[in-house]
Amino acid sequence: MRRIYMDHAAGMPVDERVLKAMTPSFLVDYGNPSSVHSFGNEARRAIDQARSKVAELIGAEKKEEVIFTSGGTESNNLAIKGVAYRNRDKGNHIITSSIEHISVLNICKHLSKQGFEITYLPVDKYGIVDIQSLENEITGKTILVSIMYANGEIGTIEPIREIGEIVNNKKAFFHVDAVAAAGQMPIDVQNDKIDLLSLSSNDMYGPKGVGALYMKTGTRIQPVLQGGGQERGLRSGTENIPGIVGMGKAAEIAEAEMGREAERLTVLRDKFIRGVLDSIPESYLNGHPARRLPNNVNVRFSYIEGESLILSLDMEGVACSSGSACTSKTLEPSHVLLATGLRHEEAHGSLVFTLGKQNIEDDVEYVLGLLPDIVKRLRRISPLTPKELIT
Amino acid sequence: MYSEKVMEHFRNPRNMGEIPNADGVGTVGNPICGDLMTIYIKVKDDKLADIKFKTFGCGAAIATSSMMTELAKGRTLEDAMKITRKDVAESLDGLPPIKMHCSNLAADGLHEAIKDYYGKRKSQK
Repeated sequence: MRRIYMDHAAGMPVDERVLKAMTPSFLVDYGNPSSVHSFGNEARRAIDQARSKVAELIGAEKKEEVIFTSGGTESNNLAIKGVAYRNRDKGNHIITSSIEHISVLNICKHLSKQGFEITYLPVDKYGIVDIQSLENEITGKTILVSIMYANGEIGTIEPIREIGEIVNNKKAFFHVDAVAAAGQMPIDVQNDKIDLLSLSSNDMYGPKGVGALYMKTGTRIQPVLQGGGQERGLRSGTENIPGIVGMGKAAEIAEAEMGREAERLTVLRDKFIRGVLDSIPESYLNGHPARRLPNNVNVRFSYIEGESLILSLDMEGVACSSGSACTSKTLEPSHVLLATGLRHEEAHGSLVFTLGKQNIEDDVEYVLGLLPDIVKRLRRISPLTPKELIT
Repeated sequence: MYSEKVMEHFRNPRNMGEIPNADGVGTVGNPICGDLMTIYIKVKDDKLADIKFKTFGCGAAIATSSMMTELAKGRTLEDAMKITRKDVAESLDGLPPIKMHCSNLAADGLHEAIKDYYGKRKSQK
């Protein structure tokens, strides 16, 4: 059976060139970068090179501003807790948005139990953070504002530059979770006045289990892990050299190729979205039609539920996701879709396709060929479907 | 995640549809939670002569509806009232724990439909 993977926001394959670049770190350059001998030197050089590539990808001034971590979740923990604990003397107020990644939301929930005040900014129906609310809420007590570059579920790209301007004027730290955006679109931490930025390697075709945190020189944070003082004391633990080398290579490839790839994916994305909306009655787009990640297709269908859509597509070899409660651990539908104003029953009927390098136009056509019949079948089973929709 | 049997019922649901002049109708669940099912029954000589369902929900919700109709069809009403959520789940070779409560509503739907039938019969007398 033909198998088509369209769930890249959940996990990505590793680029073969990345895998090849990683191999020597397992077999030859396996030394510990903290060691004095030549094996240590080689490992240190490999990390330095990777650090430069990641710094280049995001427009950092110096490579030393990049700290390697175990992934997006750890980077978010280090950034948010690190700033909060270190800057308690300046204030206890943190601002974030209602559509952040679950790691950011749960870190904030954790901090709120320790005396920090958290403000969750609302978003509009497209998922764009309300700038006016930010201006109203930010005060002298605000130590940190954490807003994602783009939302991986609905694809919406946030007005990061405008937000950076406001936060910078108020002298708070600005953290950006760029896990979903990095490698898909150009990021410039200096122009956007970003103080901290979270990255994940696997979200740009690098290996899983490695990520990075950009920290502008002069940003004061407290480490989360205590240990041997690696990564300038901010992330103790022997470095994951193969992972870091892989992330460096992934960043280098993204830097060189993302422009062309984004153009290609945007064409596929728009063909996909138009195809769905044209062929299926009562289908709708979630997220912004234009301010959108090149690989994100998020649509919803009235009267049916997302998990049964996923299962139906999986039976035909197509892998995707949903914002339905039935696919979550909490039995709640996606907090992102609810924040955009959708009702629970609307959020249940959503389907998310995140495209990647190996998806071609023919894949999109294949899925477009399957979807109308799948939706029709499930609507025939559903008691909510109006009679006139069942033919 | 799901057993082969759940997937088989999801692929080929038995007794899906409506019964136009049903003797009893039961609706359970709520679209807000993501699961809603309606059960229709036709009663003859105190037995379930026909039973059909319509379900909005996940794979487990659809499969349990289908399985329940198979278990119930032909049984006496008294017997059918004894069908439990557990019976339905076991007949499907089990369900993931998280689905046991939210999506395993079919037995409740059946009981509601039978109660509806009894209620209607009472009011006709």
